[in-house]
Amino acid sequence: MTVGLFIPCYVNQFYPDAAKATLQLLKKLKVDVIYPPKQTCCGQPMANAGFEHLTTGCNQLFIDNFSGFDYIVAPSASCVLHIKDHLHSDKNEDQAAIIRANVFELVEFLTDILKVEKLDAVFPHKVGLHHSCHGLRGLHLAQMSELNAPLFSKPQRLLNMVQGLEQVDLDRLDECCGFGGSFCIAEEAVSVKMGKDRVTDHTKNGAEYITSSDLSCLMHLEGILHRNKSSIKIVHIVEILNATV
Amino acid sequence: MKQSQNKDHAALAEDFIKDNEHVNWHDGALWYIREKRDLASKQIPEWEALREAASKIKSNVISNLHEYLLQFEANLQKNGVKVYWAADAEEHNAIVYSILKAKEITEMVKSKSMLTEECGLNEYLFERGIEVINSDLGEYIQQIDNEPPSHIVLPCIHKRKEEIGELFHKHLGTEKGLSDPTLLTRVARKHLRNIFLTRRAALTGVNFAVAETGEYVVCTNEGNADMGAHLSEVQIASMGIEKLIPQKMHLAIFLRLLARSATGQPITIYSSHYKRPREGQEMHLILVDAGRTRQLGRADFRDSLKCIKCGACMNTCPVYRKSGGLSYHNTISGPIGAILAPNLNMKQHADLPFASTLCGSCSNVCPVKINIHDQLYKWRQVIVKEGYAGNAKSLSMKAMAWTLSSPGNFATAGKAGRWFLHKLPFIVNNKFNPWYKQREMPEGPKESFAEWYTKNKENDKKE
Repeated sequence: MTVGLFIPCYVNQFYPDAAKATLQLLKKLKVDVIYPPKQTCCGQPMANAGFEHLTTGCNQLFIDNFSGFDYIVAPSASCVLHIKDHLHSDKNEDQAAIIRANVFELVEFLTDILKVEKLDAVFPHKVGLHHSCHGLRGLHLAQMSELNAPLFSKPQRLLNMVQGLEQVDLDRLDECCGFGGSFCIAEEAVSVKMGKDRVTDHTKNGAEYITSSDLSCLMHLEGILHRNKSSIKIVHIVEILNATV
Repeated sequence: MKQSQNKDHAALAEDFIKDNEHVNWHDGALWYIREKRDLASKQIPEWEALREAASKIKSNVISNLHEYLLQFEANLQKNGVKVYWAADAEEHNAIVYSILKAKEITEMVKSKSMLTEECGLNEYLFERGIEVINSDLGEYIQQIDNEPPSHIVLPCIHKRKEEIGELFHKHLGTEKGLSDPTLLTRVARKHLRNIFLTRRAALTGVNFAVAETGEYVVCTNEGNADMGAHLSEVQIASMGIEKLIPQKMHLAIFLRLLARSATGQPITIYSSHYKRPREGQEMHLILVDAGRTRQLGRADFRDSLKCIKCGACMNTCPVYRKSGGLSYHNTISGPIGAILAPNLNMKQHADLPFASTLCGSCSNVCPVKINIHDQLYKWRQVIVKEGYAGNAKSLSMKAMAWTLSSPGNFATAGKAGRWFLHKLPFIVNNKFNPWYKQREMPEGPKESFAEWYTKNKENDKKE
C-alpha cells in the first residue's frame, strides 16, 4: 500500500509539526508514504469564495501530483472534503474520479482503512475535541447532533486509545467555530464572536488542549487564545495520536 | 419602515455584536429552541423517515405544480372561495385593495403572513387609507416599532423585554419600566381583543394548501389568526404558489414535522382548516408567484421552494444566532433567506450567501431536507460569475484578497510557500487586516514541512 501524503498549503507553512506527526504515525503503522513535493493547494479558498471557475489549474496540479497512489491521506478534513466534492478535470476526469474516491482524512483513514485498534500514544492532559464542520457533516467522522441516528465518533474512538488522556465534555457538541475560509475575513465580527464562544465552552469545561482534525479551525481558535493570553493550547489530533512520553 | 439597506450583512452584524451581553442572550434563546427541537425530534423513532417523506412529497409538488395549482383552484371555487392569481407583489397588493374597497372596508386585521411582509402590503394599504393591524403578538410588536420581523416564527426575538416594555409605554400607555412579559401580553391582548371585535376584514397566511380538497391550514399558537378569521365578514388568505400539498393525508407528515422543527412542540396549539365561507361571509384566496416560478427554473435552487417556513435553520445557524435576523436585510432571514433572496434581487442580496461558514447544520435540521448549505455554495459561484460579488462591500474588499491565490500564481511562483506567506491576507500585522483585529497570527515556524522533508530525504540518502 502506497500512500500519497497531502499536506495542505497552510499546514505546510504554519503547522509543520502536524505534518511531521502524520508522516511519522503512518510510518509507525507500516504504511509506505510518499510526499509529492510539488503539491500546493486544494483550491478551496477560491471555490468557497465563489471562484470555483478559477480552480482548474489547482485541480490539474492536484491530479498530476496525486495520481497513481493507492490512497491519498491528509491531516485536514476540510481540504479532503473539498477534493472529494469538487475535484474535476476536463482532461483527466477518470483520474479525478479515482482520486475523489481514494482521498482520506487521517482519522477516517486510521479508522476505516487501517482499522487501528490500539496505539502506543501517551498524552496526559485534559482535551476538548472540536469537530470541524467539514469533518463532521461533510466526511461524517462522527454522528451529527441534529440527526436522530445512532451515535459514533471516529476521533473519540482514537483518542480513547491514548494513555493518560482525559476528554472533557462540552456544552455544545458540534457547534461551528466560525473560521469558514474567507468568512473569517469578510465577516470578521461574527467569525471572532463564534470563535470566542467556542473557546469559552472548552475553557469552562476545563480543557488544557483543544484538538481537532482541522488546523484551519484551530488556527482561528489559536489566534483568539493568543490574543487573550490564554494558557489553553491547540494541538492537531495526529500530534496526540503520535505522542509518546 | 426602518431601513438598513445601506449596510451589508457583515456591517449590520458588527453593529449587532457590539452589545455582547445581548448577543449572548439572543444566541442562548435560539440555542434553547434548537435543543428543544432536538429533544422533540429524537422522541420520534421515525423522524428521519418523516423528513425523507416530506422532502419527496414536496419534490412531487414542485415538479407538478401546474396540475396541483389548477386542481386546488377548481376545488376552492367548488367550495365557494374566490381565487386570484398575482404575478408579483404589486398585483397581490392591488387585489387585496380591490377586495377591501368593494366592501368599503378601511381597517383590516392580519396574522401569520410573511408573504404580505415580503409584498409590503401594510405600507401599500396605508397609502390608500386602509389601516392594517398585525394581530400576532410578535408581529404586532414589530409593527408598532416600525421594524420588519427578524425571524419567521419569532418575529421579535432580537428584542429584550425591557425594549418591548418601553414600546408599550410609548404606544399603549403602560407604566414606564414595566417589562414583565405576562403583564405586557395581557395589555396587548386587551388592546387586540377590541381590534378583533371591530374589524370587518381579516387576512392570514397559509401553511399548507391541500390540492385534493381545496382547504388550507393555518398553524398558530396564539389563536389570533382564528379569531380574526371567525369574526370577519371578509376573509382573505395570501399564499405563495409553493405552499401546496397533494392530499389531506399528507398533513399527517407535515404537521408532525412543522412544530417540532420550529419550537420543539409536538404540534402547534391551533392547526385550523379553512374550507368554505360561513353564511354571509366572503372568502378570498390569492395565489402569489413573486419570483417563485423563476426560482423553479433554477435547477440548483428549485428545492428551496420546498421550505415550510419552520425557522429551524435560523435557530441552529451560529451566524444567525450571533448576528440577528435584521442583519440579513430581507423579509426571510437566516440560511433559508440567504438562498431565497438572491433570486428576488441578486444585486441587493449578493452578500447573503457569503454570510455563512457553510457548516451544514441548517441542512441537517431542515424538515424537508433542503440542501441549504450546498445552495449557499452554489449561489456564491453564480453571484461571482454574474459580477455581483462587488456589491457585497466587505466581500469585495476583503474576501477577494483571499482569492487572489490563483492557481497560476501557485504553479509559477516556484517557492509556493514564500508566495503563500506574502499573499495570504491575514499575514500582515496591521490594522487593515481583519484577521489581526481580534486574533493573533499563527507563529511562523523556522522551516516549512516541505523544506524539512526535502532536507530529511537528502540526509536519509547520505546515510
